[in-house]
Amino acid sequence: MYATRTRRARPEPFALRPGIAERLGLPYMDATLGLAAFGLVAFSVFVLGQATQHDVPGNPGYYVDRQMIYAVLGLVGMYLLARADYSRFRELRVGIYTFLCISVGLVFVFGFAARGSRRAFELPFFSFQPSELGKLLLVLALAGFVIDGARQGSARQRTVRYLCLGLAPAALVFLQPDLGTSLVYGAITLAVMYVGGVRWTHFAVIGAALVAITALVLVVAPAVGTPILKEYQQQRLTSFTHPSEDPSDAGYQQNQAKIAIGSGEKTGRGDRATQTRLDFVPERHTDFIFAVIGERYGFVGAAFVLSLYALLIWRALRIVTLSKNSYGTLVAGGIAAMLLFQVFVNVGMNLGIMPITGIPLPLLSYGGSSVLATLLAVGVLQSIHMQARLSQKGRFAW
Amino acid sequence: MYRRGDELGPQMNNRLALRIAIFGGVAIALFAVLFLRLWFLQVINGDKYLAEAKNNRTREFKITAPRGKILDRNGGVLVANGTSLALQLNPRKLPASQKERRAELAQLADLTHSTLRRLRKTIGEQESVSPGAPVTLRKDVGHYLVYYMQENQVRFPGVTVQRVFVRRYPHGTLAAHILGNVGEISEEELKESLYRRLEPGDEIGQDGVEYTYDRFLRGHPGLERIQVDALGQPTRNGRLFSQPPVPGDNLKLSIDTPVQEAGEAAMASFGLRGGFVTMDVHTGEILALGSYPTYEPSILIEPTQAQVNELYRDPVLAPLTDRAIAGLYPTGSTFKPITAIAALESGNLQLSEAIEDRGQLVVGGEVFKNAGEAANGTVSLVSALEVSSDVFFYTLGLRMWDSGDLQHWAHALGIGRPTGIDLPGAAEGLLPSKQWRNRLYKEGETERPWSAGDNVQLATGQGDLQTNPLQMAISYAAIANGGTIVTPHIGLQVDDAAGRVLKEFDPPPRRHVHIDPEYREAILEGLHDAAQNGGGTSFPVFGSFPIPVAGKTGTAQRPPYEDQSWYGVLAPYPNPRIVTFVTMEEGGFGVEAAAPAARTILEAYFAHRLSEAAKPEEGKP
Repeated sequence: MYATRTRRARPEPFALRPGIAERLGLPYMDATLGLAAFGLVAFSVFVLGQATQHDVPGNPGYYVDRQMIYAVLGLVGMYLLARADYSRFRELRVGIYTFLCISVGLVFVFGFAARGSRRAFELPFFSFQPSELGKLLLVLALAGFVIDGARQGSARQRTVRYLCLGLAPAALVFLQPDLGTSLVYGAITLAVMYVGGVRWTHFAVIGAALVAITALVLVVAPAVGTPILKEYQQQRLTSFTHPSEDPSDAGYQQNQAKIAIGSGEKTGRGDRATQTRLDFVPERHTDFIFAVIGERYGFVGAAFVLSLYALLIWRALRIVTLSKNSYGTLVAGGIAAMLLFQVFVNVGMNLGIMPITGIPLPLLSYGGSSVLATLLAVGVLQSIHMQARLSQKGRFAW
Repeated sequence: MYRRGDELGPQMNNRLALRIAIFGGVAIALFAVLFLRLWFLQVINGDKYLAEAKNNRTREFKITAPRGKILDRNGGVLVANGTSLALQLNPRKLPASQKERRAELAQLADLTHSTLRRLRKTIGEQESVSPGAPVTLRKDVGHYLVYYMQENQVRFPGVTVQRVFVRRYPHGTLAAHILGNVGEISEEELKESLYRRLEPGDEIGQDGVEYTYDRFLRGHPGLERIQVDALGQPTRNGRLFSQPPVPGDNLKLSIDTPVQEAGEAAMASFGLRGGFVTMDVHTGEILALGSYPTYEPSILIEPTQAQVNELYRDPVLAPLTDRAIAGLYPTGSTFKPITAIAALESGNLQLSEAIEDRGQLVVGGEVFKNAGEAANGTVSLVSALEVSSDVFFYTLGLRMWDSGDLQHWAHALGIGRPTGIDLPGAAEGLLPSKQWRNRLYKEGETERPWSAGDNVQLATGQGDLQTNPLQMAISYAAIANGGTIVTPHIGLQVDDAAGRVLKEFDPPPRRHVHIDPEYREAILEGLHDAAQNGGGTSFPVFGSFPIPVAGKTGTAQRPPYEDQSWYGVLAPYPNPRIVTFVTMEEGGFGVEAAAPAARTILEAYFAHRLSEAAKPEEGKP
């Protein structure tokens, strides 16, 4: 694994001919990571273009145009973040954390409600969902707290502190209510703590607590008549265990998504796709976009998308190991976990092996906040990569 | 996980390296799970899910084929198709709650004159055949109900108003008994091989030519496979497969509408229960056939309980019974020509022979009198027919009482046996014979064996004889055409929608009976004299008829009812083309009721010739 610590001679052609690429900093970025992210977001625009033509009457490009704008904005943001030194965020951790909590909390005051849940601010051009950007903010802030609190208090106190810091915004998001995103916050918190070196024994306790809480929430609380989850949430969480033919059941959607993907077979049904075209699968442009890909492009298309995600996460994990400082390691670890968790839960939900939690598929699902936040997170990864490369050359960010 | 040595990083301790390695391992495992699941769904089970997806989005609708029209012999429409409004229910759109569902169904049952149980049964049957297809609750609904439904649509989710085909009868009651009606196929009928390819809810002919010629009239339903979205709504351009229905073929009947109208009007003018038939003596084509009382065939489309009661309640009135083919009556003297044939052909009577008619004949101590107790003196066959001498035919009956000759010839001429007519519900009748009565006697069903008196009765069409106008018409036709027992039929030909003849019905004669031309001439002469000679029994009615005819009255005793009036007539004499038979229950003497009715029918048949004959007279100064 880490056995190859010996220096290897490596030509550095870019250093010899400083040109436009050098000035843009491109050689210092992770090209594979960038291409994977770009490929996914471009594929998203492509899929939306094919699958949502008839969704908004009279405006076939409704979703495509918007998603394209978000993608361009996100890519620009990604580039700018890549050129910045992520280490600044460590110093700004308290500010970031405060901003995170306030923005997520403000939704309760100013947010507009969609389908019974307050998650977003209505802005003139699009609705902004702070909890999406909050994922990245949580990674940046929590990693800072972990680094700086490394020597304060006992190991147990530290673990409790990290947990509380992570779970506070998660709780706010949960109350919106947005179960899926709060689970992502939980995953991020655990991942940052994990990379940050929290003891295995503590994780064992946390794991046991998680099992107990799950049992309490899903079984005990409803049984004694004080449900913690809303009924639809509970149904969605458990429905994947019993697919249903009844359109009014939560299991129906998932069954339809499964049929959609299965019917794509090896090479897909293209425009003859019916499951995702005729509304059998709900939310086809957001949560169930993977079902659209599966049905339209078959195993070839779906596996291609999964491969791009595998590439993305592999590069993120690689950056964890490359980082010039521990903060970068933790941030990269948190982002890698964030991506992995979302991809697995969303695709698993589409494939019928995970519950419906309303987690979007990063970069592919339609939605400005999610696309922007994910591209910015990739930008932070690029920044870590770039700083590692630059510090190795003895140069610093512009 | 490795890092390149030339890249500087924080001192990564082994513990962190291990954690990252585990992280990577978890990621690999999770991706492996996703890939395997994807492989399982798409590659291994893809065909299964593809089938499910296809099934998901298609619905099949059956498109009812319009039934063929029924036309008269000149192409006039007797039965057409109209569209009517039908209430249909999509069971999938009924309220989810049991209670609300029940309430809505109960209300619908009430509005459609049905019961909750019947409604549920209908829905259940339909669901088992073509799930998801709408169920027809009631056809031919009035506009008031449609408006009511539209105004209260919220209260009746799933109920729609559809246009459906309904039989239309432009002539009202005309030929009701011939045409019959259509109705939904029953469970029992579904099992018959005749209806092999039909499904519950399909309509078939239930009576009349609708029944007999159902396979031509029915047509083939079309099929439409439509792509639907998740809500079951047809999608735009969603017609995947469409096989248009093949309309049923048109059936042309031998019915001559003016003649039919005249016959029905004549029956109705007397208001007596009875039947009539007019038939081509050579081909067996039925020109008119009717029964009184009649009914409105359109009410059978969707009868109310009150209407059903009316149609079935009175077994004596029995408006649905076609008395022309299903009646079981003695015929009175109209039977005499048959007796004459039997006696002549069996050698029991010579053409030249005269018989003394003293007004009565004593047979075995029983006195048989002439009607009206008239004594006709010495009569030959011709004059016996003219004046309808009973004693003459009593004598013939007596001569043949033990030999069975009368039965043999009557049977040969078609009395008391199936006629082969293309209408359901025809009665076989009963020709009393020695064997028949002796068997009954042996079985203890009757108090006495066959006697001469029985045959004497039969010779004049009284007693146990049970027949109907159609059988009589066939026997008269045989006498007129020289011995051919025709197959009576109403269906003439089948045309497709474009008017091309697909099939012609020309059933061969049932059989031939040898009738000596001399005998035929003598009998026809006697019948002609009876109708149009001064002393003839029906001279009061036919004496003034400009076209020569040969007709016979009959007055049948049918206790406990009043005497039944009969008339059979062949026209034109001496080479008849048609035979008309009329009977009216409790009509009294043949000349009083049946003969005038027969004249009305003949007037309609010969209307053209009659008006031509009348014209020159008008032209005279």
